[in-house]
Amino acid sequence: MNLKLSPAAIAGLLAVALLPLVVRVFFGASEKYYLHLLIQILLWSFIYTGWALMGRFGLTSLGHGAFTGIGAYVTVMLWNYAGITPWIGIPIAVLAATIVGVLIGYPCFSLRITGHYFGLLTLALTELVRLCIVGLREYTGGSLGTQPKRYGDGVSLYALQFEPDRVLSYYIVFALWLFGLYVWWRVDRSMDRYALDAASQDEDAASSVGINVTKEKLKITALSSGMCALGGAIFAQYQMYIGPDTIAGLGTSLNMVFAVVSGGVWVMLGPTVGAVFTQILSEGLRVAIQSSATLKSMLGSAALALDGAIYGLLLILFIIYMPKGILGTILEKRARRRAR
Amino acid sequence: MDCQLDIFFLEALLNGLLLAGLLALLALGLNLVFGVIDVVWICYAELVMVGMYGIHFSYKAGMPFLLAAAIGIALVALAGALLHILVIRPVLDSEPINQLLVTGGVLIFLQAVATMAFGIEFRNIGISMGSVSVADMSFSRSRIISFVVALVSMLGLWLFLRRTYIGTAIRAIAQDRQIMPLMGVDSRKVYVVTSAIGGGLAGLAATLMVLNYDIYPQIGLQFGPLVFMICVLGGLGNMIGGFLAAFVISQFIAVGSSCFHTEWGYAVAFLFFMIAIFVRPQGLFGGKS
Repeated sequence: MNLKLSPAAIAGLLAVALLPLVVRVFFGASEKYYLHLLIQILLWSFIYTGWALMGRFGLTSLGHGAFTGIGAYVTVMLWNYAGITPWIGIPIAVLAATIVGVLIGYPCFSLRITGHYFGLLTLALTELVRLCIVGLREYTGGSLGTQPKRYGDGVSLYALQFEPDRVLSYYIVFALWLFGLYVWWRVDRSMDRYALDAASQDEDAASSVGINVTKEKLKITALSSGMCALGGAIFAQYQMYIGPDTIAGLGTSLNMVFAVVSGGVWVMLGPTVGAVFTQILSEGLRVAIQSSATLKSMLGSAALALDGAIYGLLLILFIIYMPKGILGTILEKRARRRAR
Repeated sequence: MDCQLDIFFLEALLNGLLLAGLLALLALGLNLVFGVIDVVWICYAELVMVGMYGIHFSYKAGMPFLLAAAIGIALVALAGALLHILVIRPVLDSEPINQLLVTGGVLIFLQAVATMAFGIEFRNIGISMGSVSVADMSFSRSRIISFVVALVSMLGLWLFLRRTYIGTAIRAIAQDRQIMPLMGVDSRKVYVVTSAIGGGLAGLAATLMVLNYDIYPQIGLQFGPLVFMICVLGGLGNMIGGFLAAFVISQFIAVGSSCFHTEWGYAVAFLFFMIAIFVRPQGLFGGKS
């Protein structure tokens, strides 16, 4: 398969690559803050893309908070307590998450557990991993979370720490994001995609034409869980803090689902649009509340939960009125206009 | 780590039994809704939280507890009916997972609204009923009351479903969603009534919860996953199965917590759940499908 980019795609990629420059020229005063925002968007885009690889085939998992959690915690625990560099720790973490994904996936798929049951079973996995993190509080810091030990001045190739250098961090997550899109593209053009599409429509029909449904689903699960674990590990390296509420647990799982549904689960850039949308929504609300004295006095500390309320409401509206998501709906409208 | 067969172990077992009553009641409403409407209310535990706040503030406003409880139950019953009409009905014909996700939105919404309205502090209703001591073992009186109320309400629901006209209609819809409308049963109405009853059961559970636990906006996340697990383990929609599963799970939690740390009790219960589902996908007590 050779990768041919359309002129529009090349322009788009260049624009994203040059964003730090734009930030420096126009928002030089608070460069760090804007770069942080962009890093968050790209990093979560990668994780959301990983989730959507499964989600697009009807495998709606509520368990991916477990995979990001495993990715983050295994990497940090190995570094903090065994001194193993993340260069080795991250592959181990990704492998661990993939194994967990396959272990939970295999019985699910061979027993044809789908729909509600699959959702609830993966939800149990999320809870199990969160409980283990909290239970091992001597090492993990319990529900308060923990930090990777800083190495030297905070920027180190050996320890894979790059947080103080925001421009470097940006290009690291940019590369990660490109990798995510590349994986999506490969999957989109593979035979497995057609097999999985068929299986998500009708499993019996799919297996009757010779598709090994269990194997196909397992392959995509392994890929998806591994990607989420990688995203979780890089999150830990950038954020330099991990807690069960920020990178593991049901909240993380639900946020993933919400962001992808809002962006669009069936299109390549849907998860990215979802990440942009959710990050801007929560940041925009935060800034709006911080800067407005009336809102602040009206809501007080309650303002902290305002984004949750709007999130929840939007998720409901999106699923009822726009199940294809923002980007999915736009692309569909455009395609229809062209056809006319 | 001392896990011996002594009086403390017996106490843990019996406390597990009492916990099971509460969990079984929690699972009951969810199972009813699933069995009849075929949707999973991921936000079920948040409905319970709404009820708990309702009861808490009614009681603090000076009402007698039973009146406050009645208000709480009515509030959640109304919330259940509204949930169905506003949120579930528009997605009733789309993919099943959408129905689950849409109530996920309700979960996030209710939690955030509760945080905004009531803050994040833990609230206790401040009714202490003391405890009963039997042979060196002590049991909280409110737990015992919860257990009895849970058993009685389950019996009540069973009688309602067997002996009343609307109860019969509900069971009929649960058996065949396509045919019953042709027989002249108004499925829309049955769905709303079922949702209200499911909500009412959540409200009843909330009444018992406020006596035993502190209230805070995230309380749903504490026991919500547990309730889903019990329902799935018993076979979603199978009320008797859910009832029995509550006893199995609560023993894991009670014994696990007494031998190790609380989280490990829960963790073992979740692990057991996952293994059990793989061994018997139709639920521990489900029939052959």
